Amino acid sequence: MNITLAHYLVLGAILFATSVIGIFLNRKNIIVLLMAIELMLLAVNMNFIAFSHYLGDMAGQVFVFFILTVAAAEAAIGLAILVVLFRKVDTINADDLDHLKG
Amino acid sequence: MTFDPSTLFAVFFYGFAGLLIISAVRVITARNPVHAALFLVLSFFCASGLWMLLKAEFLSLALILVYVGAVMVLFLFVVMMLDLDIEHLRRDFKKFLPVAILMGSVIVLELSIVIIRSFIGTNAPVQPMPEELAANNTLALGRLIFVDYVYGFEVAGVILLVAIIAAVALTLRNRKDSKSQNVHEQVNVVAADRMRIVKMGSDMAAKQDTRAEKK
Repeated sequence: MNITLAHYLVLGAILFATSVIGIFLNRKNIIVLLMAIELMLLAVNMNFIAFSHYLGDMAGQVFVFFILTVAAAEAAIGLAILVVLFRKVDTINADDLDHLKG
Repeated sequence: MTFDPSTLFAVFFYGFAGLLIISAVRVITARNPVHAALFLVLSFFCASGLWMLLKAEFLSLALILVYVGAVMVLFLFVVMMLDLDIEHLRRDFKKFLPVAILMGSVIVLELSIVIIRSFIGTNAPVQPMPEELAANNTLALGRLIFVDYVYGFEVAGVILLVAIIAAVALTLRNRKDSKSQNVHEQVNVVAADRMRIVKMGSDMAAKQDTRAEKK
């Protein structure tokens, strides 16, 4: 019973599909949307590390490092915007955010 | 009772992977956002275990420190600070289910085509990590980051700085009703502004004595 690269890729694919479904299911709740995006990034990172390990190249892990950095920045700014939004309109329902008439 | 190392690897892989998928599903279906955030923490722990199996020790620990320690605490703070109407947010959950399943199956189809055609069955030329890199993961990663990818590293630092400034600038507000010190005024105060010397007659002591007698 050998765990191969394909096992990890399938796991990453399942995780990615789960978070895509989550984005559609929780279209109204912006907080859960942000969490689903974090899960997506985790799936991508999983693929990077699996490839890095099975192809014997450390460069993949460097990219995971950068993705972690950008994801942390994204989460911080996203949540800050969310807090400001909640103060202004008192909701985080994506359907109520139609001030730009889009 | 002894285990073959690859069997042990497989046991841990399937354990972590199963828990990861279960908790990911609970993240997207949880009724309460706090529960969703806590299940996301669990899924990060499982992913960290899986990375540890792949000998990416530094990133595995960095995932726990950065995500569980910082990002998820931020999420929990925000979730608990906002007064959410969960029932209202969940009202159309069922309505979105068909669309979500459709999109999910499209994604699964695409990804499975790619994976099945390229990776499953074919024995891809798997190369083991070179010995000196595998021995010290942190050293190898540090060498790559600080030598080969040093500009990327600096850009990452700038991104984090921008994120700090943006987050503070967005959420900082000057409340009208908050009481704060004005250091400039405090330092520049002179005695003449706030102390007034009043000349009193010397009969004050006598007045106090009579007041004490009345009691």
